[in-house]
Amino acid sequence: MEFQITQKAKRNIYLLLGTGLLLTLIGVLTGMDSNHFSTRLLTNGLIDTFFFFAMGLGALFFLALAYATETGWYASVKRIIEAVAGYLPYGMGLMGLVLLIITFMDGAHVYQWMDPDVVAHDEIIQGKTAYLNPVFFWIRTIVYFACYLIFLRGFKRRSLEEDKIGGTDLHFMNYKKGALFLVFFAVFSSTSSWDWLMSIDVHWFSTLFGWYTFAGMWCTTMVVLIMVTLYLKKLGYLEKVNDNHIHDLGKWAFATSFLWSYLWFSQFMLIWYANIGEEVTYFQMRIDNYKLLYFGMFIINFAFPMLILMSRDAKRHAGILTFIGLIIIGGHWVDVYIMVTAGSLGPTAHIGLLEIGMALTALSIFILVILKNLTKAPLTPVNHPFLDESIHHEI
Amino acid sequence: MSEKVIYVMYDDDGVLKDGAKKLVSKGVKISDTFSPFPIHGIDPIIGIKNTRLGIMAFLYGLTGLTLATIGMRFFMIVDWPMNIGGKPSFSYLENILSFVPISFEFTVMCAAHGMAITYLLKNKTLPGMPAQNPDPRTTDDKFVMEIRTAENSMDEKDLDKLIKDTGFIEIDKKTI
Repeated sequence: MEFQITQKAKRNIYLLLGTGLLLTLIGVLTGMDSNHFSTRLLTNGLIDTFFFFAMGLGALFFLALAYATETGWYASVKRIIEAVAGYLPYGMGLMGLVLLIITFMDGAHVYQWMDPDVVAHDEIIQGKTAYLNPVFFWIRTIVYFACYLIFLRGFKRRSLEEDKIGGTDLHFMNYKKGALFLVFFAVFSSTSSWDWLMSIDVHWFSTLFGWYTFAGMWCTTMVVLIMVTLYLKKLGYLEKVNDNHIHDLGKWAFATSFLWSYLWFSQFMLIWYANIGEEVTYFQMRIDNYKLLYFGMFIINFAFPMLILMSRDAKRHAGILTFIGLIIIGGHWVDVYIMVTAGSLGPTAHIGLLEIGMALTALSIFILVILKNLTKAPLTPVNHPFLDESIHHEI
Repeated sequence: MSEKVIYVMYDDDGVLKDGAKKLVSKGVKISDTFSPFPIHGIDPIIGIKNTRLGIMAFLYGLTGLTLATIGMRFFMIVDWPMNIGGKPSFSYLENILSFVPISFEFTVMCAAHGMAITYLLKNKTLPGMPAQNPDPRTTDDKFVMEIRTAENSMDEKDLDKLIKDTGFIEIDKKTI
């Protein structure tokens, strides 16, 4: 059955988009004269474009992971993963645009190492210029984007081809490409998070940062997959998806929440314990200025999924999953918000109409693209070799 | 009249499942099945409730967390106050981060061991315990269904009649 966007969904999305744009406009008009306004605008641009880009990337990663491990159960929700991954080109476009503006503004106080005046007086940044310079930054960014796009196109093309011709040749091709993608992704997920996020706090570094960002992104991706699946189920699509598949997706959300919390804590605890001046500045900044948000979001992203999603029944209950999903998405948005703003705006940052408006705008674009993507292919793959296994999936 | 246990043997899990469905639809209560591997979908057919092992795991984990906290507080703060990385000493709460890894590990260890031991006890399969399955072949390639006359309103003859159509390969009865 082909998916059609309902009139109600369309109306709600445009309403959300309108609200987002209106709030952004009010935010811009009221805040225009304040100091650091362009920095604030670009900081928010980076937060929101990265946050949703990361979900698309997480879906692409999850798809590649499923191919490489020859997973069976996911076959009947595969098109949802592909639809979310299909946001990547748009996400890349939006984030590329923000990064481009930041580059042309010499870093715009977001990336201090892009500003020649700052670098000239900063020995620590000078020591990093071999890696952190605008040219190499863009070479890397383009390589990441190109790599993700090439793999995404390949997976999508083969997925649709499989519907027509079937057989196992395409499956084994996907298997190889999925494994190859994971090799690239293992490196790029770390280095790209250093480039895009960690370099904002340019004096500081952490080897765990890449995994930490990646875990947060994976967690939100799983939540988005659950929400889209539940939405489609509610509309009466996806008759082959049953509670068992939703339970499995719920388990992933539960497990990745733990992964994220584990990595957050590992990064925090080691630096707290060693107590070395150049390392603790990162957390000092966050605890001084964002204490409630910083620890609040950790508790929300850790304790809520742990306590609420622990039982089997909760992972099969659409209402609980939606409730906890919305909380997790909000919590991880705050996580990205603090990652970016603490380095670029520091003490002056606050969540106002501009922040909310831009987040809502990005969210409505994200939802719109996903729903559009869902209409482009049959919701259940026809000839996936593991489709039968997926239909009989039972846990 | 003495109560009897009927063991019906099949050589295919699919046949056993279909047979169980047929019997249950006629109102027969099947008390258990024995199989070399888990038969998917048999639990709801013969009315086995979801396991409560998960709840036990949570409780064991909570026990582990409590024990670890009490233990570490006593060892590191009360009995022999330790200087922990030059942090504000002699306070559990202010050094709580350094205790998290051990609390976590001990929680996991208690939950895992508690669960494993509970499982073995509940199934009466601790090392050295006598085997519970009625026929050694159920650990190889045969599948057995256990029906107790005590749990059924029908008598043995009616049960036999119903079982006849399920495609079994062997039937065995024991008086208890």
